[in-house]
Amino acid sequence: MIKQNKLSFSRLAIYATLLAACAVYLVPLIVMLLTSFKTPEDIRSGNLLSWPDVITAIGWVKAWDSLGGFFWNSVKITVPAVLISTLLGALNGYVLAMWRFKGSQLFFGLLLFGCFLPFQVVLLPASFTLGKLGLANTTSGLVLVHLVYGIAFTTLFFRNYYVSVPDALVRAARLDGAGFFTIFGRILLPMSVPIIMVCLIWQFTQIWNDFLFGVVFASGDTQPITVALNNLVNTSTGTKEYNVDMAAAMIAGLPTLVVYVLAGKYFLRGLTAGAVKG
Amino acid sequence: MATLELRKVHKSYGSGLADTLKNIELKIDSGEFLILVGPSGCGKSTLMNCIAGLESISGGEILVEGADISGMSPKDRDIAMVFQSYALYPTMSVRDNIAFGLKMRKMAPEAIDEEVARVARLLQIEHLLKRKPGQLSGGQQQRVAMGRALARRPKIYLFDEPLSNLDAKLRVEMRTEIKLMHQRLKTTTVYVTHDQIEAMTLGDKVAVMKEGIIQQFGTPQQIYNDPANLFVASFIGSPPMNFIPVKLEPAGNQLFAPLCSGEKAELSCALPLAAMAEGVEGREVILGVRPEQIQTTAGTPGLVPIAAEVEIIEPTGPDTLVFVTLNQTKVCCRMSPDDAPRVGQVIELQLDPEKIMLFDANSGERLRPLSATTAQSASNVTRLRSL
Repeated sequence: MIKQNKLSFSRLAIYATLLAACAVYLVPLIVMLLTSFKTPEDIRSGNLLSWPDVITAIGWVKAWDSLGGFFWNSVKITVPAVLISTLLGALNGYVLAMWRFKGSQLFFGLLLFGCFLPFQVVLLPASFTLGKLGLANTTSGLVLVHLVYGIAFTTLFFRNYYVSVPDALVRAARLDGAGFFTIFGRILLPMSVPIIMVCLIWQFTQIWNDFLFGVVFASGDTQPITVALNNLVNTSTGTKEYNVDMAAAMIAGLPTLVVYVLAGKYFLRGLTAGAVKG
Repeated sequence: MATLELRKVHKSYGSGLADTLKNIELKIDSGEFLILVGPSGCGKSTLMNCIAGLESISGGEILVEGADISGMSPKDRDIAMVFQSYALYPTMSVRDNIAFGLKMRKMAPEAIDEEVARVARLLQIEHLLKRKPGQLSGGQQQRVAMGRALARRPKIYLFDEPLSNLDAKLRVEMRTEIKLMHQRLKTTTVYVTHDQIEAMTLGDKVAVMKEGIIQQFGTPQQIYNDPANLFVASFIGSPPMNFIPVKLEPAGNQLFAPLCSGEKAELSCALPLAAMAEGVEGREVILGVRPEQIQTTAGTPGLVPIAAEVEIIEPTGPDTLVFVTLNQTKVCCRMSPDDAPRVGQVIELQLDPEKIMLFDANSGERLRPLSATTAQSASNVTRLRSL
């Protein structure tokens, strides 16, 4: 029932700006998609934005041939690292918010330093530790590094979420006879869906997209897809197959996109349905 | 159902900090309803958490049925609690909320169903069992919180200001319902409130607390009629007791408390009192009298009348509150609306010497008549020798 449907100048300006911003983000994606379905000859002869003469999936097939193994490497690194760091973060946050102990504030403060440590700073100590543990150049080693690095963030997320949960809930459950882990598993975790989703998105994006840890702590067959993509694109031998490069980049980026779309939906649902009345 | 006794219970959050609870001594019989009342920060909620086992005590003993439970964990104490915020588990249905404590105690599923049904019937929440707490109104949440406590059939119920989140009308309804429930179930109950009306209406016994110390422990009538000190007298009663500073003057074997209204000498009067403890002559003391204990001269014959000018009247419906000034202090009198005077009118008031109380101006302690300085019970008030 909006009567004022006239496009005023300011409204037009807003739409124009928004469209321009969309284009800035979408044009590279369109170029990538179009290029990935072109033949190498087509790419050399046509311009970037032209429609492919023949739509061919050869680029995708070749990209998968060379990247498929590394894709599964990344899955094997990311899934355990994301799940374990989220779970540990939830447990840490639960303790720091609900079971304060002497020095827990200081502990939390020190843990927060972990959020501000640049990757580069931990490279040497981490590789030394991995070497000592016998985990150098293994998938498990990479999982461990991501896990440890991620705990600071996941703890921060969960602790701040649980701080707003009334602690009368925990006291009521204790009187009802529930123990430490029962309270965590039966009462707090079920009401943490929104923050779990935030954590999953954050950690998945961080770990899947990581390049530095991957290139330093893995080699050969254990490399994650980001490193493999770099090796593929930066190869200096033979002719450049841009369609393969583009398809490979899309394959490497797709999982994060999927997680955003799927978990983002859950995330919103969790926010609106979790109406907790204090 | 159990007796509850606290012996020298002491709580401190660390050396250097003031003690939260000091030497708490209480004893209630099986089935009694104990009210802990006091202003915020007086330690009443801490005391309740200590009984529940959610906080440890620094010293003393908590005895349930004669056995010390102060070292036990909350789940072994067999105590259920209703929280101010209800603390319902938000992701569980009403049914699961009530059943949670029973599941934790490994009760058989059929027995749990039976118990949930019994409690739901008792509280009339059968139609709500499938809902989540977020879909309930405040009053319904309150009922579910009570249901969760009732289902366990614990030895002792604890209520931590359960009505303070409800609106005024619902609060009165639930108050009656809690009383009815207690009359029916006869479970030993401890109830924390800062509302003195809840304290008076619900309790078998009332403990008035201030700064971690129990100021007085007794029945609601004892607390109301025979307060131990100025704090208890001012805390219990609405509108509160009037406190008038007076300077006691001896005359013969009587003491007089001169009262005057305004600057005009003709509106003044001396109120004869019984002989008090030694050394009160000539001292500034506080004279306490409840608004309903001030009568107009139409009341009892033989009492000394005091003339005073009406300054404000507040009709509350059943009563009209009339404010006058005595000894530069605003004094409230409760009158029937039919007898209410007009503003500016000079009325004659009577203070019954048998009903008034005297308090030490410095310590706030009650000053009792010579014959009863050591006695505590309400009946002793009448031993004040009147005119």
